[in-house]
Amino acid sequence: MRWSAWPISLRGAFEELERMRQQMDRLFEDLSEGILREPTFSAGVFPLVNVSEDKDNYYVRAELPGVKPEDLDISATVDSLIITGERKISEEENVNFHRREREAGKFSRVISLPGQIDPDKVEAKCKNGILTVILPKAETAKTRQIAIKTE
Amino acid sequence: MTDKTKTLKPKDKTQVSTYVEQTKPGKVFIPDVDIYETEKEIVVLADMPGVIPEKLNISLKDNILILDGEVEPLKGKEEREIFKEFETGRYFRQFSLSQVIDQSKIEAELKDGVLKLILPKVEKATPRKIDVKVG
Repeated sequence: MRWSAWPISLRGAFEELERMRQQMDRLFEDLSEGILREPTFSAGVFPLVNVSEDKDNYYVRAELPGVKPEDLDISATVDSLIITGERKISEEENVNFHRREREAGKFSRVISLPGQIDPDKVEAKCKNGILTVILPKAETAKTRQIAIKTE
Repeated sequence: MTDKTKTLKPKDKTQVSTYVEQTKPGKVFIPDVDIYETEKEIVVLADMPGVIPEKLNISLKDNILILDGEVEPLKGKEEREIFKEFETGRYFRQFSLSQVIDQSKIEAELKDGVLKLILPKVEKATPRKIDVKVG
């Protein structure tokens, strides 16, 4: 009677395999989505930056809470941006600390830009503890829209 | 001459882990804080870069202090991301205060992404020196 049992269990095995394959697909989908949502790259140097672009500019943003503009030094070349500065935290005397998690110190970072910029027209602003540097793209680095002629 | 100032290292943001799910999607982070106490008050300093005063809620109820700040997306709509090292989201943190706070005199100031909160202790909570008499 063993032979008659074969087709049924075989079908069951294939169904089971198919189910496993689907589960694996779903797992990989979840995984890749999870990876993409995480920060993609980190140089491990303070401050951490996010870089984006539009048609005309590159934008570099960093979180620098409590850093005053006078303690920040920003310079740019045609293809890099340098951010140096110091975060100062006033020392309190005769107080009893419950928690101390905020850190003070110096920082310096060089960011290679993905394309050439015009260093004379770079703008930087600090607002609510976020530094935004706007770097206008050099004419050569701009993407040109090419009109397609119809014949 | 030696320069004692240390070099800052980047710190990964810590996400809030809670069983209570947020109604709004998005990440929630724990802000770094300094808390110190003087004879008369408790001072809380919290790093909340990107939070504007209108989007910051501070509440104190039953001696539980709650800090909750929202961050607007930093990137403009037309911008395309090239690389991303930090994420933005909400900042949320709560503390249970052991001292009794005079709620009418709480002062809060948000400047350059740092919140400074001054929580004055009520009169009876300020320590009184007790003389021990020698019998």
